[in-house]
Amino acid sequence: MLLLQQIVNGVMLGSVYVTVAVAFTLTIGILNFLNFTIPTLFMLAAMGGWALSYWGIPGGLTGPLPWPLALGIGVVLATFVSLIVERFTFRMMKTKYGDSTEHAIPLVSSLGFLLVIENMVRIGYGTDAQRFKGPDVDLTLDLGGILMRLPQLLSLVVVVAIVIGLNWLLRSTRIGRGLRAIAENPDAANILGVDTGRVVPVVFMLTGVLCGVAGALFAINYGEVSPQMGEDIGTKAIAGMVVGGLGSIWGAVLGGLIVGLTEMLTIHFFGADTVQVAVWGLLLITLLIRPQGLLGHHSIGKGKL
Amino acid sequence: MSGYWAGILSILAINIVFAYGIYLSVATGQLNLGGAGFQAVGAYAAAYLSEGFGLPVYVTIAASAAAAGIIGAVMAFPILRTRGVYLVLATFAFAEVVAGTILNSETLGGPTGMSVPDFIDWQVPVGAAVLVSLFVFYLMSTRFGLAMRAVHDDETVSDLMGVSIRATQVIAFSIGAALAGLAGGLYAHSFSFVEIQVFNALLSIYVLLYVLLGGTQTPWGPIVGAAFFTLLPEALRAFLPAAKEILAGLFGITGDISNPDESWRFVILGALTILMMAIRPEGLVTRTMIERLTLRRRRTRSETEASA
Repeated sequence: MLLLQQIVNGVMLGSVYVTVAVAFTLTIGILNFLNFTIPTLFMLAAMGGWALSYWGIPGGLTGPLPWPLALGIGVVLATFVSLIVERFTFRMMKTKYGDSTEHAIPLVSSLGFLLVIENMVRIGYGTDAQRFKGPDVDLTLDLGGILMRLPQLLSLVVVVAIVIGLNWLLRSTRIGRGLRAIAENPDAANILGVDTGRVVPVVFMLTGVLCGVAGALFAINYGEVSPQMGEDIGTKAIAGMVVGGLGSIWGAVLGGLIVGLTEMLTIHFFGADTVQVAVWGLLLITLLIRPQGLLGHHSIGKGKL
Repeated sequence: MSGYWAGILSILAINIVFAYGIYLSVATGQLNLGGAGFQAVGAYAAAYLSEGFGLPVYVTIAASAAAAGIIGAVMAFPILRTRGVYLVLATFAFAEVVAGTILNSETLGGPTGMSVPDFIDWQVPVGAAVLVSLFVFYLMSTRFGLAMRAVHDDETVSDLMGVSIRATQVIAFSIGAALAGLAGGLYAHSFSFVEIQVFNALLSIYVLLYVLLGGTQTPWGPIVGAAFFTLLPEALRAFLPAAKEILAGLFGITGDISNPDESWRFVILGALTILMMAIRPEGLVTRTMIERLTLRRRRTRSETEASA
C-alpha cells in the first residue's frame, strides 16, 4: 500500500516535471535552442505570485492580493519576461566572421538571463524559502487508503489539458503549421511565406505560459517557494525531456512521468541521497544507448548546436 | 604579499587552468558543460591520496590530472557519439552523476567533504597556470592544433581533407579533462578542503562562459575570459558600495547606507554575457584581432607592394 502511495506521489510530482519538460522540448524541437531561462520563468511565476499575495503590488499601491489573482499575474509576468528573452537571445545569433559555435549563442545568452533574473529575485526577496498560503481548506481525498490532494489531481488534469491543447495548436492551426515548418527548415519556411519574426515569439509565449502554470501549480501543491526552486525542477525536467526524446511533446510527457516515478521509488527503496544518481544515471544511459529517447525522432536536435 | 591577493592569484591561476581544460574541447566544436564533474574528480583524487595515503603534493596533483584524464578518455568515446544539444546534455549529466556518486560515498566524506593535509601557496598554481598556458599555445601551433581548428571551423571539409574528426575530438576532450582535473587537484591543495557542493552546475556554467566570452578561436581567449571574470567580482566588491554611496548622495540620502547585495555581482556578470553575445558573439579575442596586432608590419609592406 505504501508502494502504491509512492507511485501516486511519483505521478503527481511527475506532472510538474511534465509541464516544464514540454516547455523545454518545444523550444528545442522548433528552434533547436536549449533555453536555460525556463527554470527561472518557473520560479518567477511562483515567486511573483507569492510576493503579490504577501506584500501586494510593489510601491504600496495595493495591499496583499488574493492568491488566485496573484498567481495569475505571476503567470503573465513569466510570459512577458519570456518575450523579453526572445528579443535578446534568439534574434541575436549571427556572427560577423563565421564560427561553428555560433549556434550556441542563444544558449549562452539564456545562461546570462538565468544569472540575471535569479539574482534579481534574490536581491528583491532574499534567498530564504517562503511559505505560500494557498487555499485554506484541507482538500485531501482518501481513495481506499491512498491519499491524494485535490489540487494535485487538478494539476494533473490541467497538465493533460495543456498538452492536448498544444497538440491541437501544432496540428490544426495556421500558427502551428508555421511552427512545424520552422522546425523542419527555418530558411525554407521563411521563403515560403512564414513570417519568422512573428511566429517565433509564439514559441516563447507558450514557453512562458507553460512555465508560469507549472510554477503556480507547484506553489499551490507544495506551499513553498524560493529563488532556487527552479534549479532542481528544471534539471529534472531536462532529464525527463531527454528520456522521452527531444522535440517530442508526448515524449516529454512520458519522460517527465518516468523521472517523477524514478525519484519517488528511489526515495522509497534507497533513501533520498541517491535520487541524483538515479535520475542522472537514467539520463546518461539514455543518451549513450538511445540518444533519440523513447519517442524522439532521429532528425530533431541533431544539427550543430 | 597579503593573504587576500595570494588567494586571488591562486583562484585566478586555477580558473585559467580549468578554462583551458574546457577550451580544448570547445576548440574542436564540442560544448562541454561538465567541467565541474572533471574538476571534482581531480580534487577528490588529490584529497583522497593526500589524506588516505599521505602521498606528497606533486604525486597527488599529477594523479588528479591522470584520474580525470583517464575518466575523460573513457567517457569521450560514448559522449562524443552525441552531438549538439545532446552533447551539452550528456556532459551536464556526467557532472551530475559524479556529484551524486561522491555525495553518496562514505570513503570520500559524502556531504561533509574532506580536509586535505598538504597546503600549497600561490606560487604552485601560478606556476602550473604558466606551464599549462605554454603547453596549450604549443599544442595549438602543432599539426594537431591545426586539425582542431579545422574540425572547429568545418567538420565536413576537414573530413574530406583526411583529418580524423573522431580522433581529434576524443584526444582534445581527454587532454581537456586532464587539465580540468589538474585544476581540481590545485584547488584541493590551495584551499585545504573539498566539498562536493562547490562543484555544482553553476561552476560548469561559469567556466563555459569564461571560455566563450574570452573567445574560442585563439588560446588567448581562456586567459582573457578567466582573468576578466575572476577579477571582475573583486573589482565590483570595491566599486559597488562606492557607487551606491554616490547614488545615495545624488538623491540627498544621508546617514548609514547598507552594503549592496552580493548578488549584484552575478547580475552584472549575466548582463555582460547577454551584451557580449549580442554585439560580439565570437568572444573578446578573435583570430583577426591577433593577426592585426602581430602581423601589422608585414601586411602594410605587402599592401604597399601591391599598390606600387
